[in-house]
Amino acid sequence: MNGVHDMGGMHGMGPIAPEPDEPVFHAEWERRAFAVAMMAPTRGGRYARERIPGPEYLRMSYYERWLAGLCMALVEQGVVTAEELARGTADPAKPKGTKPRGPDDVRRALTTSGSYMREAKTAPAFSPGDRVRARNLNPIGHTRLPRYVRGRQGVIERHHGAQAYPDTGAGDAQALYTVRFSARELWGMDAAEHDSVSLDLWEPYLERA
Amino acid sequence: MAHDHDHHDHGQEPPSDIALRVKALESLLLEKGLVDPAALDAIVDHFEHNVGPRNGARVVARAWTDPAYRERLRRDATAAIAELGYAGAQGEHMVALENTPEVHNLVVCTLCSCYPWPVLGLPPVWYKSAPYRSRAVIDPRGVLEEFGTELPDDVAIRVWDSTAEIRYLVIPERPAGTDALDEEALAALVSRDGMIGTARL
Repeated sequence: MNGVHDMGGMHGMGPIAPEPDEPVFHAEWERRAFAVAMMAPTRGGRYARERIPGPEYLRMSYYERWLAGLCMALVEQGVVTAEELARGTADPAKPKGTKPRGPDDVRRALTTSGSYMREAKTAPAFSPGDRVRARNLNPIGHTRLPRYVRGRQGVIERHHGAQAYPDTGAGDAQALYTVRFSARELWGMDAAEHDSVSLDLWEPYLERA
Repeated sequence: MAHDHDHHDHGQEPPSDIALRVKALESLLLEKGLVDPAALDAIVDHFEHNVGPRNGARVVARAWTDPAYRERLRRDATAAIAELGYAGAQGEHMVALENTPEVHNLVVCTLCSCYPWPVLGLPPVWYKSAPYRSRAVIDPRGVLEEFGTELPDDVAIRVWDSTAEIRYLVIPERPAGTDALDEEALAALVSRDGMIGTARL
């Protein structure tokens, strides 16, 4: 979706404000919001955050977005009802979970790597060195094709294998490539001649140039 | 440095509206048997104590001192990083980006705030913020200047926008005059910003 989360290339967002000796979390509620979002039995938290209305998204801090996205996903996926969320107590008529993941499950998940790689159904269409154009796609749903590369030409730099394609809920495997775009192709002749931007893009985002 | 963001709740003030909402949500999910409070504590503990830029700094220092390790890092960064014991969520598929006298690498996630947790921990607020996400791709030299990093015009900047499940770690150039230092002393020189690419060492 063409939301405000797709920020690459925008102006007017103000100065970058690094904080010296920044703590990992700035408040106890941030710790809890992050941990609850990590553990809640929901999926698609990222797409939920993207659907926060633009003006609110920009006003919110990072963990406020996590909280808002989590609440959206919990209700949409039927994990809790809107009434339960508003009241803060469980509806006694609803079934209860019995085996939430414990601390050992968490430690294992955080310190051992799974894999996002999937078995490819077809041979990759492109090889390193191929010239490609990012398609001009404007899906209403979740996508990882930022607006600033749509319609622009780049070069396949690397083929990573296949990863689940995020634009379809089914998450079918599609070839994933690193594609390098020259800064001048993206931003015009005022950009530095040898600068470039590389993105990881799935095959359906690309066509031969 | 002047900064302006939304974090004023440091525990001294009465609980804010959002703190109350988080508490209510946590107790609701607890009551419904959907989360285990000990698991929540384990997550917080992991990100406050087990992961952070010190992990990435050890990877960089090893790459500086051990050419065979650097070669393995080039070929398969995920495996090379796992050799030092760093693996897990948001580090499943790692790529190491080596700075050279000709090329400087800079990492961003314009759509979100993707970041290599096992080697750098959770990202700082500025990395997740609109100013960085918007400008890193269109004006990397301006961004570097804001961090006090001057880059000669003849050094090419390569920006990496983490749009999929690949995560990037910048391997800065080893500073001059550090030949006598051992791996541990070298690791102490490596900053978080150096491994994102907003700083040169």
